[in-house]
Amino acid sequence: MKMKTSAKIYSALIFLFLFAPIAILLLFSFNASKSLSVMSGFSFKWYAELFQDVNTLKAVRNTLILAVTATVIATVMGTAAAWGIDRMRSRWYRRVLNTVTDIPMINPDIITGISLMLMFVFVGRFFGAATSLSFWTMLAAHVTFCLPYVILQVLPKLQQMDKSLPEAAMDLGCTPLRAFFKVELPEMMPGIVTGAIMAFTLSMDDFVITYFTSGNGFQTLPIHIYSMTKKSVSPKMYALATIIFFVTLALLLVSNLVDNKDSRKLKEMKKALKGRK
Amino acid sequence: MRQRKLKGSQSGYRAALAPYSLWAMIFVLVPLVFVAYYAFTDNEFHFTTANMAKFFHSTSSILNADGSTREVHTYIVIALRSLKLAAISTLICLLLGYPIAYIMSRAQEKTQKIMMTLIMIPMWMNFLIRTYAWMTIMQDTGILNNMLAALGLHRIKLIGTETAVVIGMVYDFLPYMVLPIYSIMAKMDDKLLEAARDLGCNSLSVLRRVVFPLSLPGVVSGVTMVLIPAVSTFYISQKLGSGKFLLIGDVIEGQYAANNFHFAAAIALVMMVLLLAVMALFKYLTGHRMNGGK
Amino acid sequence: MRKKWMALFAALAMALPLGLAGCGSVSSGGNVLNVYNWGEYISDGSEGTYDTIREFEKWYEQTYGQKVKVNYTTFASNEDMYSKLASGAVSYDVIIPSDYMIARMAQEGMLAPLNFDNIPNYQYVDESFHGLYYDPENLYSIPYTYGIVGIIYNANVVDEADAQGWDLMWNEKYAGDILQYNNPRDAFGTAMYKLGLDVNTTDRSVWEQARQELVKQKPMLDGLVMDEIFNAMEAGESAIGSYYAGDYFTMVDNQADNVDLQFYYPERTNYYVDAMCIPACAQNKELAEIFINFMLSEDAAIANAEYTYYASPNRLVYENEDYREEMGEETMEILYPELGNFADQYNRYAYRNLNDETLGYINDLWENVKIN
Repeated sequence: MKMKTSAKIYSALIFLFLFAPIAILLLFSFNASKSLSVMSGFSFKWYAELFQDVNTLKAVRNTLILAVTATVIATVMGTAAAWGIDRMRSRWYRRVLNTVTDIPMINPDIITGISLMLMFVFVGRFFGAATSLSFWTMLAAHVTFCLPYVILQVLPKLQQMDKSLPEAAMDLGCTPLRAFFKVELPEMMPGIVTGAIMAFTLSMDDFVITYFTSGNGFQTLPIHIYSMTKKSVSPKMYALATIIFFVTLALLLVSNLVDNKDSRKLKEMKKALKGRK
Repeated sequence: MRQRKLKGSQSGYRAALAPYSLWAMIFVLVPLVFVAYYAFTDNEFHFTTANMAKFFHSTSSILNADGSTREVHTYIVIALRSLKLAAISTLICLLLGYPIAYIMSRAQEKTQKIMMTLIMIPMWMNFLIRTYAWMTIMQDTGILNNMLAALGLHRIKLIGTETAVVIGMVYDFLPYMVLPIYSIMAKMDDKLLEAARDLGCNSLSVLRRVVFPLSLPGVVSGVTMVLIPAVSTFYISQKLGSGKFLLIGDVIEGQYAANNFHFAAAIALVMMVLLLAVMALFKYLTGHRMNGGK
Repeated sequence: MRKKWMALFAALAMALPLGLAGCGSVSSGGNVLNVYNWGEYISDGSEGTYDTIREFEKWYEQTYGQKVKVNYTTFASNEDMYSKLASGAVSYDVIIPSDYMIARMAQEGMLAPLNFDNIPNYQYVDESFHGLYYDPENLYSIPYTYGIVGIIYNANVVDEADAQGWDLMWNEKYAGDILQYNNPRDAFGTAMYKLGLDVNTTDRSVWEQARQELVKQKPMLDGLVMDEIFNAMEAGESAIGSYYAGDYFTMVDNQADNVDLQFYYPERTNYYVDAMCIPACAQNKELAEIFINFMLSEDAAIANAEYTYYASPNRLVYENEDYREEMGEETMEILYPELGNFADQYNRYAYRNLNDETLGYINDLWENVKIN
């Protein structure tokens, strides 16, 4: 469907709002001085600095490792949970689960962070471990705060789905598992994708909970940035933000091109098939 | 035949739910016990209700403009203010986000994908840095004001006001409103809309009578994902509000820094009960609209 | 079933308070040194500077013929660092807290006494830094930087004649241009120095006096800030604020063309010392001491002083000709004012660790200031 002009203008305004701060970061990443409000000359030096900064690059790598792992786990577990919640016939149990799902979102990060830390320490003590915080505790924490977002994205898709669909598939001889993969999963897909994107975003950006559940030696980018409190944040970080922005944009374009090619091929194949008939 | 099928899907949902139930038990409910434990104990870990009492009874004197003073309930005032700002932000997110979700869902599939990613990308920049960028835009000598001045318009005071805090919240939470609504609308049947139009509905009433009711599950998710975290946010008010007023998240942070995690836990507990009640009411009301609901 | 649950809860309840003490005993193995510091608080090789951590690793290998790996992580505040360490969940070998936090940690047995035989470079630390209140017997800490709080103002907005004492921060003439700290301890400090009150008192009526002063100031404030002060002052967004001398120079480096930042010390003001310590839970104490000694050596100490712009208590730094030249005469005068009576001034005016009760009370008053 073609977009109307009014829709185009509205979308442009929303994107202007969303990208305004990014434009600022882009501009000031080329600043000759350290300031984020005074532009005192054009320079590439922060980019050069960034690529020599081992600590920052390591933090970026750590952040990505953590975010990808947490996203995969949270998406799989959350999707399964949403499917289960939707199927559940006990209204009471469903209400309890829905409430439990909201809790990690309600608690301020500092409360979640400290209470998780206390629990890890407690369990660690119980099993006689000396240092109870590690990559794994951090991962568990991230999965925990990502889960509600996945569930909240997938659940509405299931509520929207026509429940007779999987049953029809089964009546046509599909096994329940096959019916799930062939009928239900495609229906849930938009919710799963948006849920996964949200989980990834949240995991990449979390500071407080990560701080309290991280062991020594594995520092993420948000911890790295938030601890720059003695002096103001280094413009290297603006350079980094700019790079992240353009890399994701490039990935988006590439995936789009690949998609186009695929769909063109598909069309050609369909045509060829028709021709043979 | 039918009997067997149902049985199969029954055990299926149990298996699907088991990992999450176990996970939630360990990583959500057990830490909650810790929070409750702290909320009802003092520094020596003896039982006390003093933390709860402090939340509800503690008062502050406020200096009026004419030099007189008045007493207010400190934490109740702060909690209400946090709720107010979060509610306003949620409403604005809904008003701004709903049309964009609708536009996205009606666009070509390729465009949909691009728009969805573009909406999320800004959130991949670090939160702190994003907020700093907003300060650069909104401060008195900032980019927005310089633009206004260049156009011969009045400068406006934004930074340090509640408006700035709301703008910051709307910015940070907008994607969480758009995506759930969009993902519901994406698969909405075009034929249904056409049928409604054929039956003589104009665009607005199609939207009101057909689209909106169908998108309600997405709206519920969106509101949940915006309102709840917005209430306890603290960084935005410190940076964009110039630290001039407190939200409940700031109070919790401050109590923790003052070495009083017990009271911080008590505030968190009260807020949790309050918000769960608000959400239950909201879901009940929208559930009714969704045909008796789930 | 129910009984079992009750037993579990009882066990939990009893174990919780104990959960927050002591530390583990398993060694992390190998030559690994866990250093825990503030962000941007060590010369890290950026802009062609000295890369302290790499240099230490290199130097260690050359000297001892063994590899060492430094695990360097950062924290955002003393309180964050403290909670993490107090939980006993992680162990660090070297930490750099501020004075009041050192006092608290020493009191709670969280610090290990240093073996000065491993730290011969301690001899270069100025004697004025011996016997300060937070470590009266010089057992636990070796000062890394110190600083004095002053008042920064934009001379293009503020009249030279008004730039005196703490009164400038309460001057009606500049209403809307004044910045205050966004944390209770520092904010109350400014009011108490202004009124000539004792900043470490436990007398509630004294704190109440300061609160009233802050409430009076509140309508005149442009904002309550922490590190946001850098951008606000550099851009000319605000004209008056109080911060550390070293930070003033960072701001001057970045100020806009129409801004002219100036600095002075009020008569009574806050002094701080950040010092290197070894937690009681350290896994590698001797290596930690070798690291601290390295931090006191000439190259490292000068590089760190230049990077942070804070004053160094190390003679090898402030007596070094190159360093003095690099800083310039004016800067040296502001950064290192009459060191002779530092200990005396410091012990009289610096913020000390307050007891929990007073801390809680101030926080309540602070909330009151904020909602006013």
